Amino acid sequence: MSLKAFHVIFITSAFLLSAFLGGWCLLEFSNSRRVGDLLLGLLSLAGSVGLVVYGRYFLKKLKNIDYF
Amino acid sequence: MDIPYTVLPRRDTGLYNAKLGIWLFLASEVMLFGALFSSYILLRVGAYPGAWPHGILNVPIGTVNTMVLICSSVTVVLGWAALKANNFARYRKLQAITIVCSMMFVCIKSYEYYDKFTHYEVVLKDGRVIDGHLIEKVGGGQMVNGVRQHPESIILHGVEFPAEMKAAGMAKVPLMERLAGEHGGHGSHVEHKEYTIAWSDTARVQNYGPWHNTYLAIYFTMTGLHALHVIGGALVMGWIWGPGAKLWKTDPERYTNRVEVSGLFWHFVDLVWIFLFPILYLL
Repeated sequence: MSLKAFHVIFITSAFLLSAFLGGWCLLEFSNSRRVGDLLLGLLSLAGSVGLVVYGRYFLKKLKNIDYF
Repeated sequence: MDIPYTVLPRRDTGLYNAKLGIWLFLASEVMLFGALFSSYILLRVGAYPGAWPHGILNVPIGTVNTMVLICSSVTVVLGWAALKANNFARYRKLQAITIVCSMMFVCIKSYEYYDKFTHYEVVLKDGRVIDGHLIEKVGGGQMVNGVRQHPESIILHGVEFPAEMKAAGMAKVPLMERLAGEHGGHGSHVEHKEYTIAWSDTARVQNYGPWHNTYLAIYFTMTGLHALHVIGGALVMGWIWGPGAKLWKTDPERYTNRVEVSGLFWHFVDLVWIFLFPILYLL
């Protein structure tokens, strides 16, 4: 497996973590009503969207490099 | 004599030697970290219901560290892609960012460790518990017969819990839940103030080091081992980026392969953190 393939796996994992963190923080916010939790939750969800955008850019940019 | 298969793949494995070597090494690393993750799961499911501490780590700081590592993975792979496109100058810039990110990660982790080592739980002889960060140790500290003497008193900034909590037997549970409010986790905010405690009044003084409880023991073990991997990876990448870069002039394909191999290791280290962060900070 090349660095390209490993990077795709890594970005997918980071996306899942970011989405999970966003959900976790919003759940915390629903209990604590702290602005910090809300901001971190929204930032994490925005980060997960950013990772999807980056993933598409990455695949496009490295389309000539193989996965092995 | 040339070393074979440093650039071209072997016909039987389909990989050049270094790539095969790093994947074998990473397989052993999976076993190492896998054993620690398994230990964590066993310790956690074996804990008394509700006794596993929550919220004693700072989630925003952990999130920043996660972002730093994700950024470093992006720069390492784009740097490798730059070498593939024959753009050495771009690789140099991107890989420098990777190394800076690795140092940032270690600095932030060190701050977190410092925060835990200066965070004390003091049980007084009357049963009250004072939990907070150390401001100062007054007096003592001198060596007598090779043993460091206790201070006369310690000053903490924190909160006080009544004696009944300790007497309840499961004192840690409400303490941790209340601390959660202090550290950015769930729970309500607790008012903090300064306490000057005479050493003669204390029954137990302990900081939040790995000896404090099982959770912190596994936390320091796993994050410490991970931090060592970050430092090791940064040293290797730093060498390839600096003195090792001479190879680019003589054998660019081999140099690019070295960067790929170090990048694979770096991705593994970052992937370990992607799993460590939620289990230690969130769940």
